[in-house]
Amino acid sequence: MIDFLNAIVALSNFVLIPAISYGSQLALGALGVTLIYGILRFSNFAHGDTMAFGAMATILFTWWLQGLGVSLGPLPTALLALPIGIAITALFLLGTDRLVYQFYRRQKAAPVILVIVSMGVMFVMNGVVRFIIGVDDQRFADGERFIISARDFREMTGLAEGLALRTSTVITVITAVLVVALLFWFLNKTRTGKSMRAFSDNEDLALLSGINPERVVAITWIIVAALATVAGVLYGLDKSFKPFTYFQLLLPIFAAAIVGGLGSPIGAIAGGFVIAFSEVTVTYAFRKVLGYLMPESLQPDGLVQLLSTDYKFAVSFAILIIVLLIRPTGLFRGKAV
Amino acid sequence: MSGSAYQDDRGNKDRSITNPEGQGTLTAYGKATEAKPAGGEAPFLIGDSMTGGYGSGADILHDCTIAVEEGQIAVIVGPNGAGKSTAMKAVFGMLNLRQGTVRIGGRDITDLTPQARVAEGMAFVPQTSNIFTSLTVEENLEMGAFLRRDDIRTTIDQVYDLFPILKDKRRQAAGELSGGQRQQVAVGRALMTQPQVLMLDEPTAGVSPIVMDELFDRIIEVARTGISILMVEQNARQALEIADRGYVLVQGSNAYTGTGKELLADDEVRRSFLGG
Repeated sequence: MIDFLNAIVALSNFVLIPAISYGSQLALGALGVTLIYGILRFSNFAHGDTMAFGAMATILFTWWLQGLGVSLGPLPTALLALPIGIAITALFLLGTDRLVYQFYRRQKAAPVILVIVSMGVMFVMNGVVRFIIGVDDQRFADGERFIISARDFREMTGLAEGLALRTSTVITVITAVLVVALLFWFLNKTRTGKSMRAFSDNEDLALLSGINPERVVAITWIIVAALATVAGVLYGLDKSFKPFTYFQLLLPIFAAAIVGGLGSPIGAIAGGFVIAFSEVTVTYAFRKVLGYLMPESLQPDGLVQLLSTDYKFAVSFAILIIVLLIRPTGLFRGKAV
Repeated sequence: MSGSAYQDDRGNKDRSITNPEGQGTLTAYGKATEAKPAGGEAPFLIGDSMTGGYGSGADILHDCTIAVEEGQIAVIVGPNGAGKSTAMKAVFGMLNLRQGTVRIGGRDITDLTPQARVAEGMAFVPQTSNIFTSLTVEENLEMGAFLRRDDIRTTIDQVYDLFPILKDKRRQAAGELSGGQRQQVAVGRALMTQPQVLMLDEPTAGVSPIVMDELFDRIIEVARTGISILMVEQNARQALEIADRGYVLVQGSNAYTGTGKELLADDEVRRSFLGG
């Protein structure tokens, strides 16, 4: 019985909790991708770097606050800097839109052209972020690291396995739930949110109803800036900030959006968790868990790890391909065909 | 469309990266948002000697005049490709007018964007894609009233009185409705702005004859409330029967103009356009 509990605790500590937190971050990222796909009608390849920019803006402001000696006690100071990071990222995206995307919208450019345009924007953002903050790992998390540390847990329960509950995990999950609830309320209940759905459905008719397209586009960018910055900062708090990792996040985020069904916000969230759980499960070494569950004679000698963590992107890629082959519209019947 | 490299559709089939569904095709030509006062006694809404075409393309309309009096029904008929829908779009500001003016209630709105014309009391129901398919019926109506800041509840109730079936289906996605019900949603959405002029582009296209009669009855009912109706119709005979004024367009110009009865009685019109 104790062995069974130990197995569950080990599984929670190394698979379930990290996957929930990673899944929330992916879901927030995928929501941004899906919103742009639904309303601006293209896949935004610059989304990973938008997250990096948002995180960077927040980090710079966090450092400034830390320098002033401002802190939130047990909570990371980054939470205080988050609204300003969002505002800066929103201005940055609106500027990009004015400078780049608006031109193509005026030409009524085919969406595939905007996809390629977003790739160009991606390279520029990539450079901007590295230019400002550098290519190295940056740490900006402060405050209490653990709510329950592994040792405390062991002492509390007397189990051999510890269950660490990190502050960043809890913050990630709470923030993600709040942001998602707010987004759904906004899209389904407010006049502006409904006008965004109307614009996504039928641009011409939206225009004939008096909905100002430029306003819808601007609000979309602002929401995307908020989602990307929150996702970027949460990811940075959980792991660390490095521009290149954010660029790499693009693949799992797109996989999440497509697996859930592009254009479907619920799909983006589901997709985020599907990708996160698969990635973490497939790359976790199950030796310890199996060690608790199996009789001594059957205990595995190897690590019982399906794939090395170096290959974690292969997991999202494989899922992406399987979904596109078997159910191209995604789990929640998005628009992808 | 116009052969622009930006609209080249090659490689645009992959729905996992692009989403062309519902993409806009309309170009709003006007720039102004305020109507200019215009002198002179004139019909309530008039597109006066309009000449123009889409973008920088060739002219489709040539000195074409379309007008409707307050509370009356005006119908534009004519053979295929005569520029009927184009004339209506010109009145709504979706065409590049090189000559002519558009006036409503004594104000010049030639330079207004389509959105600004909505604010001036015009409402337009396109022929196709005239509802938000993924929104519920009630949300469609709410979007119709997007520019209004006052209480829209009574207008919604009026639309439900006009089209009772919509009330039963108000929580349903509009895309799930039948063809005739979709047209009702489309007209209802346009009525939500409380327009002075309702412009309908072939409202009976693709509905059964019974539904068509029903829709015509409703349109007369709307006109009785004092709303002017400007309508393009494929079913010329039925349309002219309910029309106070009829316009027969041929190749973008006015060929015959008169009351509905006059046109129906005119031998030449009958022979050329109404099939005997």
